Amino acid sequence: MTGSRSLAETVPPIADLPESKQPEQVNRLSRLWGRSQSLVPTLAALVLLFGMLIYAEIAYGRVFHAGTMSSLLVGFAPTIILAVGMTIVIVSAGIDLSVGAVVAFSSVAGVMIMNIGVNGWLSMLLMIVFGATFGLIAGVMIQYFNVQPFIATLAMMFLARGLASILSTTPVMAPADSPILLLATDWKIVDGPKVNDFTITPGVIIAVLVVIGGMFFMHRFRMGRTVYAIGGSESSAALMGLPIAKTRVWIYIISGALAGLAAIVYTAEVGGKAQNVTGLGWELDAIAAVVIGGTLLTGGSGYILGSIVGVFVIAALRLIITKDGTINPEYLTIITGAVLLIFVVLQRVLTRRGAS
Amino acid sequence: MSRVKTALHTPWFWAIVGIALLLLINTIKNPAYLAISVNPTTGMLTGNVLDILRVSAPIIMIALGMTFVIATEGIDLSVGSMMAVGGAVAMETLSALNAPTSVGAMFAAIGLALLLAIALGAVNGILVAVVGLQPFISTLIMMLAARGIARVITDGQNTNATNEPFRQLANGQILGLPTSFVFAIAIVVLIAVLMRRTALGLMIESIGINPRASRLAGIRPRPILIGVYVLSAALAAVGGLFSVSEVMTVSVSGTGNLMELDAILAVVIGGTSLAGGKFSIVGSTVGALLIATLNKTVLFLGIPAAATPAFKALVIIALVLLQSERVRSFAFRRTTSADTPSGPATPAAGESTPVTKEVVA
Amino acid sequence: MTEPTAIVEVRHASITFPGVKALDDVTFRLLPGEVHTLMGENGAGKSTLIKALTGVYQIDAGEIVVDGEPRHFTGTASAQAAGVSTVYQEVNLCTNLSIGENVMLGHEVRGWAGINWRKTHARAHEVLARMGLGDLDPHAPLASISLALQQLVAISRAMVTESKVLILDEPTSSLDANEVEVLFGVIRRLRDEGVAILFVSHFLDQVYAISDRITVLRNGRFVGEYLIEDLDRAQLISKMIGKDFESLRALGSNRQTELRDRSVPAVFAAESLGRKGAIDPTDVEVHAGEVVGFAGLLGSGRTELARLIAGADRSDTGTVRIRGKKVTLNSPVAGLSRGIAYSTENRREDGIVGDLSVRENIMLAVQARRGWFRRVPAREVDQLVRTYMERFSVRPNDPDRPIRLLSGGNQQKVLLGRWLATDPDLLLLDEPTRGIDVGAKADIQETVAELAEGGMGVVFISSELEEVVRLSERIVILKDHQKVGEVVNGPEVTAESIVSVIAAESGDQAELQADALADEVAAGEDLAEQEGSAS
Repeated sequence: MTGSRSLAETVPPIADLPESKQPEQVNRLSRLWGRSQSLVPTLAALVLLFGMLIYAEIAYGRVFHAGTMSSLLVGFAPTIILAVGMTIVIVSAGIDLSVGAVVAFSSVAGVMIMNIGVNGWLSMLLMIVFGATFGLIAGVMIQYFNVQPFIATLAMMFLARGLASILSTTPVMAPADSPILLLATDWKIVDGPKVNDFTITPGVIIAVLVVIGGMFFMHRFRMGRTVYAIGGSESSAALMGLPIAKTRVWIYIISGALAGLAAIVYTAEVGGKAQNVTGLGWELDAIAAVVIGGTLLTGGSGYILGSIVGVFVIAALRLIITKDGTINPEYLTIITGAVLLIFVVLQRVLTRRGAS
Repeated sequence: MSRVKTALHTPWFWAIVGIALLLLINTIKNPAYLAISVNPTTGMLTGNVLDILRVSAPIIMIALGMTFVIATEGIDLSVGSMMAVGGAVAMETLSALNAPTSVGAMFAAIGLALLLAIALGAVNGILVAVVGLQPFISTLIMMLAARGIARVITDGQNTNATNEPFRQLANGQILGLPTSFVFAIAIVVLIAVLMRRTALGLMIESIGINPRASRLAGIRPRPILIGVYVLSAALAAVGGLFSVSEVMTVSVSGTGNLMELDAILAVVIGGTSLAGGKFSIVGSTVGALLIATLNKTVLFLGIPAAATPAFKALVIIALVLLQSERVRSFAFRRTTSADTPSGPATPAAGESTPVTKEVVA
Repeated sequence: MTEPTAIVEVRHASITFPGVKALDDVTFRLLPGEVHTLMGENGAGKSTLIKALTGVYQIDAGEIVVDGEPRHFTGTASAQAAGVSTVYQEVNLCTNLSIGENVMLGHEVRGWAGINWRKTHARAHEVLARMGLGDLDPHAPLASISLALQQLVAISRAMVTESKVLILDEPTSSLDANEVEVLFGVIRRLRDEGVAILFVSHFLDQVYAISDRITVLRNGRFVGEYLIEDLDRAQLISKMIGKDFESLRALGSNRQTELRDRSVPAVFAAESLGRKGAIDPTDVEVHAGEVVGFAGLLGSGRTELARLIAGADRSDTGTVRIRGKKVTLNSPVAGLSRGIAYSTENRREDGIVGDLSVRENIMLAVQARRGWFRRVPAREVDQLVRTYMERFSVRPNDPDRPIRLLSGGNQQKVLLGRWLATDPDLLLLDEPTRGIDVGAKADIQETVAELAEGGMGVVFISSELEEVVRLSERIVILKDHQKVGEVVNGPEVTAESIVSVIAAESGDQAELQADALADEVAAGEDLAEQEGSAS
């Protein structure tokens, strides 16, 4: 066959097959339903979120309160950043258990570097690089040495946490004039009565940018689509000629780098203090957010926006528990674990039923 | 000569070498390190070596339980939290019973701790074997939940209690050896006998090596899988009992913290592969001893204890890489069976080949 | 008239895996504008050759030339870049993505802001329309259309890239007759436009309907390249299984047909036993002391039927009776506890427990029957192990050696020992002589005959028809997931006659052939009886 026309151009169209006509699609709504079935879990999470918020408002009041909303956003900005990275990893049917520990190491190392006089902005960049390095090692272990993701990232978790503890077991403070603190400046967006202001910080902006960037990556980059393909069927993706190895390593690099970024935002928010016990359990929050938000733990389906909804569900949960006051704070971890378990089991049961 | 060769190839042989090396380093620092003396007030033997044996008891327990879970190609990340649960139940029971000399109280505490652990272990097992969740996520959630349960049991307090028989577990001695260590070894022997005198060990290994063939041969995977997770939880609880008996206090955040790392490391050092299959109880026990020695050495040499997790993580990474197929086929060009096709000698580089490498045309 | 230059040439290619030469000095060529079918039985090397052409495997010797240039494929992407597109038997698409995305994956239309989905889906729609799939909504999830349509979508994918060569590896396994016709329409159209199409299938009717030329492989070697009109079905089959057409005639059956007492309930009797996608509802019976052979080509449903009988898979339809009593076989344990043992086709994946010793592998099923607590006493184990290792001459004679270190033949013997140790009433042997040296083969065949004489019911499955003919008392003939015939073995039954049944033009014709054969056998029996009573 000569010429540079593709096959599609040279082959004249065949009359439509009678059997390719899909069953009568009664209205546009049902077509839309067919297209967007994977959105259902995310929509469910959204409903859950609003349900919780409304309940909290009725029960405790002052929930839909600019001040409350602001502090939630600011406080959960690091979690949002982690959730974006975790979404990408989980969609590829992997997992990253090291993000919390990487946050600890990045923040401690970063602050210490600042304290020895390195330029603040460079130090922040290095914090991201540290995170990316942990991710690179994990990615290489997983892709080229066939180590299971949970083992590789579990080892990274202990390594990062350990290295952070070696650097310092006591809190370290960034210099008072460090640019990192700029990231925590309050920007009053809406000046309401008394303390009812809506304020955000540059940290929140960063989180928003990360979310947008993540969405862009997953939906408009070929590599992002490869992530979905790997999660759906790695063998098919390989046979389709997609660059599996490169993509997989990058997935973990991104997750690590975002952990470094989350470290920056968090350290700024707490006034430049970094310690080795930072981030304990954050990976669990991130995983829970992703799962609640509708991403399948087994990979192949999920949305970044869904994970953000998941973060807010967790935030709402915390809110309700603290406002309630009667529920023992000890129960908090059990409740988070139970919620995660429910969603994971639901996912399993529903996908099993769908498959058979 | 071939006996030496077999010894060199046994993984845990190197663990023993490691222990010897560490003890040597300690002795260099303090020539009297290995000395054993008699404590004038209590009349019991004391010495650094005995200390090591004492702290090894909990590690031996969790390593033992982890061995079988890993043999089935699973993992149990909740062992550390399960230790806390065991300790919490024991302390709360003893504190509530308030019977400082009662042996019955001790048994009650132990019994209740085991019961709760068995129940939680069964939950793990059911999630993995029946619901079909990946082991890492179910035990990760259990890790979270169990620590929370420990907190609830003690109301967030670091409960302490007084009960002399219980305290003797970690502080007493049998024939000069720490009681907890003796009990730990006894339990190891018991479990080893259980595994090898019955067909349980064989079935666990079979499931880990080839679950499909095992199923076709008539083995029922479900009860066995649930069983190993129950066993792991129960042994972890016992480990928790040993641990809290030392100071008769449970620390809701401290007890068992990060111990899952120790357990996994001990098992891997001991020669059981993370990919499942044949396990070595002796190996895991020696691995546990190595970790106990390492922990004590770090303290003795004045190195901040915070450094150990990083070092342990590096060792795990090194061992896991060594165990991986790629390194194995690269380093050891053994002849495999005459005609078991295992994929092309040079798989398409760069791109990863499809997961199943069949040869049958 | 100059011969058209081949678009793909494989010259003296070899691929060796440990212990097995999957491709041995194979030379093959593909011309533009033809449909070329690759045929061969199990172990022939078809799939290995395909994988070499698609970049999954690399060849150890020889060269591959595409469009005049020698190529060195480093992976699937480089093969695709060279213009070779492949569609596989299992739909190798991502069911979690949309139809349009699957078509365009890796080649999405991009703009300055990343992937332009509107244009991408439009292009997908364009390509689909040319396949007759214009009614499909590219945004719909792939999982929402039938498997057959998914297969067509997979082929559309090949049209997006500049494919000069389209390889279709068993594309029709999940398609019904109408869907196959549609597919063939597309293939013919592509061929007429000059695309070189490599077609792999075991469905003989389809091969004859669509092919221009055929290449036959056997045991990794090139047997021959033929124009379709020069080779009839029976000749094709004999080339595939390696027996001269004339000598097939000579391989008659040695077994005497005994009059079996049908009043005693069969050891195993199943009515309408079937499973969707695996085997159509089938009746099958095995009596004590009887050897029943399952004959059919690869993919005919032999293994699937055996698995249903053993309980390894769950059936969708049918009732099963063991010695007259109705039972449900929904797990291997159920089968084993009722005396049914199944030796699988793929000993590496489903048979051996690699790191365990020979001893442990032999007594595994016996132990499983006894439960985890009661260990089979060492004396009993030793006796069992010794018995079977001696009986089958397992080499090396070391019961503690890990089974993965044994040769295939010895592994098979050990597995046979495992199943026999459970003292079954019915033993299913699926390809027990595959990949085994001649001596071991003979051993196993002898054993089968012995077992039957001892009263065991045996189902014997093999791609080598002469084996089946030699050993079986009754032969169940399977084709395309259906039972097309069942004949009682007799002197008239030869490998050739079985082949004719399978080679018949359609299912109905095959049944007619089988009936005719059965009539022959019955007539022969009557004759023998008459002669017997007369003398």
